[in-house]
Amino acid sequence: MSAGTRSEHYPVGIAGVSLREIERRVGPDEAPPLPPNAQLRTVGQSAPRVNGRAKVTGQARFTVDVTLPGMLHARLLRSPYPHARILSLDAGPAERHPGVRAVHLIDHAIGRAREIADPGPAAPTGRRMLYVGDPIAAVAAVTPQEAQAALDLIQVVYQPLPFVIDLEDARKADAPRVFERAVHSESFGEPAPQLPQHGNVHGPDLSASRGNAAAGLNAAEVLVEAEFRTQVQTHCCLEPHALVADWRDEGLTVYISTQFTAGIRAELAEAFGLPLSRVRVLVDAMGGGFGSKSRVGQYVLSAVELSRRAHAPVRLALDRHEEQIDSGHRPSTVQRIRLGARRDGTLTGVSIDAYGTAGVALGAGVGNFAQSIYECAHFALAQSDVFTHAGPGAPMRAPGNVPGAFAYEQIIDELAERLGMDPLALRERIDASPVRREERRAGAERIGWSRRRPPGSDPGTLKHGLGMAQSHWPALIQTNSACEVRILRDGSVEVRSSVQDIGTGVGTVLAQVVAEELGLAPEQIAVRIGDTDFAAGPPSYGSRTSASITPPARNAAYRALRQLIENAAPSLGAAPEALAARDGRICTADGRRSLSFREAAALLRTDEISVVASRSDDYGGFGHRMGDAAMARKGLGGVQFAEVAVDTETGRVLIERVVAVQDCGRPLNPRQIESQVHGGILQGISYALYEERILDAHTGRMLNPNLEQYKILRSRETPTIEVHVLEHYQGESATDAYGIAEPSIIATAPAVANAVYNAIGVRMRALPMNPAAILAALGRVPQPSGPP
Amino acid sequence: MNRFEWMTPDGIAHAARAATATVATAMISRSGLPATDAAVLKAGGIDLLDLMKEGLLSPHRLINLLSIPGLDRIEPQEGGLRIGPTVTLAQLAAHEAVRARFRALADAAGASASPQIRHLATLGGNLLQRPRCWYFRSRAHHCARKGGDTCFAFAGENQYHAIFDHRGCAIVHPSTCATALVAFGAVLEITGPTGARRAASLEAFLRLPETDLQRENDLLPGEIVTAIRIPAHPLTTRSIHLKQGEIDSFDWPIAEVAVALDLADGICRRASVVLGAAAPAPHRAAQAEAALSGRAIDEALLRTAARAALEGAAPLSRNAYKLPIFEALVRRAIRAAIEA
Ligand SMILES: Cc1cc2nc3c(=O)[nH]c(=O)nc-3n(C[C@H](O)[C@H](O)[C@H](O)COP(=O)(O)OP(=O)(O)OC[C@H]3O[C@@H](n4cnc5c(N)ncnc54)[C@H](O)[C@@H]3O)c2cc1C
Ligand code: SF4
Repeated sequence: MSAGTRSEHYPVGIAGVSLREIERRVGPDEAPPLPPNAQLRTVGQSAPRVNGRAKVTGQARFTVDVTLPGMLHARLLRSPYPHARILSLDAGPAERHPGVRAVHLIDHAIGRAREIADPGPAAPTGRRMLYVGDPIAAVAAVTPQEAQAALDLIQVVYQPLPFVIDLEDARKADAPRVFERAVHSESFGEPAPQLPQHGNVHGPDLSASRGNAAAGLNAAEVLVEAEFRTQVQTHCCLEPHALVADWRDEGLTVYISTQFTAGIRAELAEAFGLPLSRVRVLVDAMGGGFGSKSRVGQYVLSAVELSRRAHAPVRLALDRHEEQIDSGHRPSTVQRIRLGARRDGTLTGVSIDAYGTAGVALGAGVGNFAQSIYECAHFALAQSDVFTHAGPGAPMRAPGNVPGAFAYEQIIDELAERLGMDPLALRERIDASPVRREERRAGAERIGWSRRRPPGSDPGTLKHGLGMAQSHWPALIQTNSACEVRILRDGSVEVRSSVQDIGTGVGTVLAQVVAEELGLAPEQIAVRIGDTDFAAGPPSYGSRTSASITPPARNAAYRALRQLIENAAPSLGAAPEALAARDGRICTADGRRSLSFREAAALLRTDEISVVASRSDDYGGFGHRMGDAAMARKGLGGVQFAEVAVDTETGRVLIERVVAVQDCGRPLNPRQIESQVHGGILQGISYALYEERILDAHTGRMLNPNLEQYKILRSRETPTIEVHVLEHYQGESATDAYGIAEPSIIATAPAVANAVYNAIGVRMRALPMNPAAILAALGRVPQPSGPP
Repeated sequence: MNRFEWMTPDGIAHAARAATATVATAMISRSGLPATDAAVLKAGGIDLLDLMKEGLLSPHRLINLLSIPGLDRIEPQEGGLRIGPTVTLAQLAAHEAVRARFRALADAAGASASPQIRHLATLGGNLLQRPRCWYFRSRAHHCARKGGDTCFAFAGENQYHAIFDHRGCAIVHPSTCATALVAFGAVLEITGPTGARRAASLEAFLRLPETDLQRENDLLPGEIVTAIRIPAHPLTTRSIHLKQGEIDSFDWPIAEVAVALDLADGICRRASVVLGAAAPAPHRAAQAEAALSGRAIDEALLRTAARAALEGAAPLSRNAYKLPIFEALVRRAIRAAIEA
């Protein structure tokens, strides 16, 4: 028992199912346990978004709306070739073009795999361009038109080189090399043990393996084996990647659409040799990121450099074409899976061979899905990255686990069928998670699972099917997350952190958590976020934002309130311990003696109380620490059910209904959670049925670099969605909240695929399941007969 | 996008004299750079501005047809309809006479693009818009239709391309309305720069690549489509248009079918079956029409006709999946017309 800690009792378990209490020892400054939502005023309620009105009335200020006096406009010159050497480059005519204020020649590529023997910055002449869209130079001019015109004046002579964009071709020994030297291995952007590299193949990474898979497979009574393929999906943020960089003698200010203000500050400080204290990063409203706005990209460095040279603010916003080719994407994968089981369903061995391509980047793995979700002592996973001459991938909403689950949750269904078991019954046997057990039960009831019939049962051409799939996602926490709560003398309250609202509504839950603690309403809390001048908050990726920032917010509010109460206690003639904040008042337990919150604040001897708190460790300890991040001991489970109809004559899959049952710890704001789950499901359906980056084999160019030919789900493809969120308490932090954004997309594509199988009796092992693919799977497509 | 002048003509003659090029002629070049001296007609501007934003078209003057009064009317004429060229797709889709007597056209207009686009897009512009082939729409691919040497589609990504009549170029005609209008035997009224008028059947006006690789139609510089006429059809005619996309919200069809059947006493006196998104121009399925004409349509005949509709199809490397879709759509359209 460590000094200064105290013992508290926390609710744990699933509300309505298994709620009980456990004892925890927590630090002295930790806010007392928060009871289950049913006993709370604000937390757990669907408070309206703090910036909802501003958004729907067009008042919200996005980065693309930022204009500064004297602001210049920048554009990037990009490689027209998938692989070429720059033989010469003359920027003189562009520099002399009227209206041009600065030209920057890019001398060092970032945002891709890094060669171990990196020669460092190099003159543009001689540099190799590795994909269509690879940035070469940037120009800042007084108007976007002048900037564009100046780009056309930069004289570049290219030597086109052989290239490879096809995943299978790139694996061949004689394929054109993307990188001449070995690259640093990494996992989720962090350094990792060095892996072998042969030609364009980096890997295999075997680190997730355990036991003896070969022996496990040998011991199997039933074997299933299949190969799955997933396509490249692009992020398609509605708001493009954009920034305004303002370099001044006193420091650098950057307005940027980003998922991590504090991270961008650190990266820019390092890149430009500035102290952290001289870099300020801001973002107000944001139109999505999905993982692609997590780090500093070449466009960011270019805009800052142009601002430095031009002594003026510089705006750079990617256009839709650039978004599609050079802002990241979800890599493609090929996964060969062998699964061995006993007749009762117990898994005896699993072996997965996976490779994929993130173009010139790493990160085409299949995540930790298969290794984590079901019990199996003998598990082998070999995954390799294959480099191709295509734009770099980037983390995208549940990276790895989305393609991983598409394959694994289908082969689990295949096993169930081979065993003559219901898919739910098999999972009941192999899935140890009590959370998913409850989710399966609740979901099966809501979708009406008992209606499910054998595959291909419908006699007509329109065939209906039911399917389900599960998700697993680690519960992540950013440990260096801080938040400030200020109580001002007029009784107003502010919560401040550099944490940014990517669109998920973190500002609203901050207001709720602080309001709950102070006995106020969420509208009474001023939310100031998205500015590194405030306490440094967490990133908005890895579904870790609420889990990281709401506990310190509550603790800061708690401590600020203690100060307020201590100061006011003498006026009330009560001991501070006897006072609490409730309904806008500071009062004794019996409510006889009280002051309004405002009256209590007016007694302050200073203009304000300010408390900064940072994220405490989970009370029961973390499962695993990774630098400034940590993984909670338990992951997040979800189960989704899909009801589909397949038109077997036209190949169209129609999603009729999706039921999602999800876990995110303590739900803070049900409506916002529902909105995240809707988003996850829609993006998941879009991935399953429509989206696909199409590259032209002859030129290496993307043929659908827009939102017209790149097919993406819209209003008419939106099915009925029912979301059920568990209230799952674990007694791990001051709010006990975890994430939802990524967990909600993982199960969608496999649930749809399993439902399609149930409808037509044919397995769809590749994405997207568009009409061409469905008709081909049904054997209805004749041989081509036109010219080659 | 380039800078351009905006011109408000005071009438058709003025606009026709001012137009120096059609969009097609302004886009043809050896170099791959579009002409910068063209004055072109603009209706709703949906396609025109799209081409300009992509850098595929750089006209120096836009002549705004929407400012000419009287071109946006739908009027009865000789038992048929006379439709002004600036009538919007939304207007067409909602118009009572069109819905009652030429339902396939109302369906086609209502199924095109998105609600926002339909409120701006005009019928004239819809018929004269340029194809959506992604190589054609890419500045980096100087293909044969733009004056280059090759068609990239044959050996490339041709999943959305033609299955008929793709000699030299495999576009599919982009206009959904054209599919229905060809089924009704529509006629265009055209006024030239000298004021001379001509009438042309839409079917003859639209060109296949074997006749003209670079223009989808026979519009000459300075010519203006002043009306689209649908001739009278017997009151016993029933029509249907079916569109199949990969998605439903503002997506292009991967296959579409318009049928118009004159049905009396259980006998099909005349049949018009036209496939869209199948060929560089709306494709009249003559064999299917022949199979249906003069016959009582039963389920077996319907199937025969659907198969006949695909007579002569020559799918490319990636678009054979369209065949079963067309086959199903033809069957469904005929059945729906009978039941309409
Ligand atoms: C996402 C998306 C989806 C779409 N889906 C469909 C679809 O499913 N089906 C479909 O049919 N279309 C579809 N469209 C295309 C759209 O319907 C056309 O672009 C639109 O109809 C063009 O009409 P407009 O009036 O805007 O023409 P404009 O862009 O103004 O003009 C088009 C062309 O016609 C010429 N022109 C216009 N009027 C005349 C005239 N009276 N005389 C001579 N020349 C003239 C112009 O010079 C120009 O060359 C889609 C478009 C988008 C962006
Ligand atoms: S199909 Fe026609 S438009 Fe498309 S690339 Fe070939 S020639 Fe060009």
